[in-house]
Amino acid sequence: MTQSETSADSAELFEYLLRLGDDRLVLGHRLSEWCGHGPILEEDIALANIALDLIGQATLYLRLAGETEGKGRNEDALAYFREGVEFRNVQMVELPRGDFAFTIVRQFFFDAYSYHLLEQLLRSTHAELAGIAAKGYKEVRYHLRHSSDWVQRLGDGTEESHARAQKAVDDLWRFTGEMFTPDEIDERMQARGVGADLPAVGKKWHSIVNDVLGRATLSVPAETFMLSGGRKGHTEYLGHMLAEMQIVARSHPGVEW
Amino acid sequence: MSKAPNFSGPNSAGPIPAVGEPAARITDDASHDASHDASAGDGAGQWPLWEVFSQGEGGAPHEHVGSLHAADAEMALQNARDVYARRGPVVSLWVVPSAAITASPSEEAGPFFDPGADKIYRHPQFYKVPRGLKGF
Repeated sequence: MTQSETSADSAELFEYLLRLGDDRLVLGHRLSEWCGHGPILEEDIALANIALDLIGQATLYLRLAGETEGKGRNEDALAYFREGVEFRNVQMVELPRGDFAFTIVRQFFFDAYSYHLLEQLLRSTHAELAGIAAKGYKEVRYHLRHSSDWVQRLGDGTEESHARAQKAVDDLWRFTGEMFTPDEIDERMQARGVGADLPAVGKKWHSIVNDVLGRATLSVPAETFMLSGGRKGHTEYLGHMLAEMQIVARSHPGVEW
Repeated sequence: MSKAPNFSGPNSAGPIPAVGEPAARITDDASHDASHDASAGDGAGQWPLWEVFSQGEGGAPHEHVGSLHAADAEMALQNARDVYARRGPVVSLWVVPSAAITASPSEEAGPFFDPGADKIYRHPQFYKVPRGLKGF
């Protein structure tokens, strides 16, 4: 059951839910940019499907966030009328889509994270959060299967696909640490039984990633330097992406269909 | 997205390229083939064609819903799930390489099927189903 929350608790929960929602909203949008540009017809549809799944999950997290905040902002207000600095996604999901290998490797890195994260959130003491996680868990199992199968096919494929996949791994690696680096909010949410244990998620992530990359004959970069914005610092790409994403809603505020 | 494919008959010279291919594939700088070995399939550099059958609910027969290109069975199944299981309930999917299907030759449909059609004594059409059995 939801505990009766102090306003500090609510503010933390609001922040935590924004992180969950923004990761999926931004990544869903990046995936949707493939619509009409997929390398093959079936992948065009697959990526659009996955984008819809992610945006659907984001809707639920952001809606709950708006209710938690209690200032009358619903999921659309949060998605379309916040500035870039207010977004709480990790940097990895806001990077431009790149080529197909880049998109697939990024998707695989995120899916492996999301899968283990949601597995923990299923047991959150916050009933609604656990419910949203349960819905996403079914979807992310398929996403993970799809992206890991493709990572293996690209890595253990032709010379060109292998080179592009390896480059994608090399380029993305320094962005992966941010997903597993908890701050005070993550730690307090975990202590309350609401949130997940990020380092534990990270361990399982490394295990899956090493396994799949190994089978894909791809190598993990040796460097260990990890970029981080702490979910508050964004790359220059986010602003451009939001400009495209938000312009219709901002041009016609209050419109409904 | 694909019209009924044109299966080869037992008397044809060889596999006929599928009629129902999607319009020109959109290409960009993204890498194309991810298959271990892009099998010859039909057409230059085209992945093999697979036929998709879906089952709407438990116990119902699988029905042909269309076709798609994929490099291998696993990818074919995933593509079928994305392309043909989006709308409406689906509980099971079969994907079959089109090359594995032998179809009756369309030019000989007459001699192949007509002899059965005009022997009405073979058809169970004059039996009235008792009311109690209807819908059984």
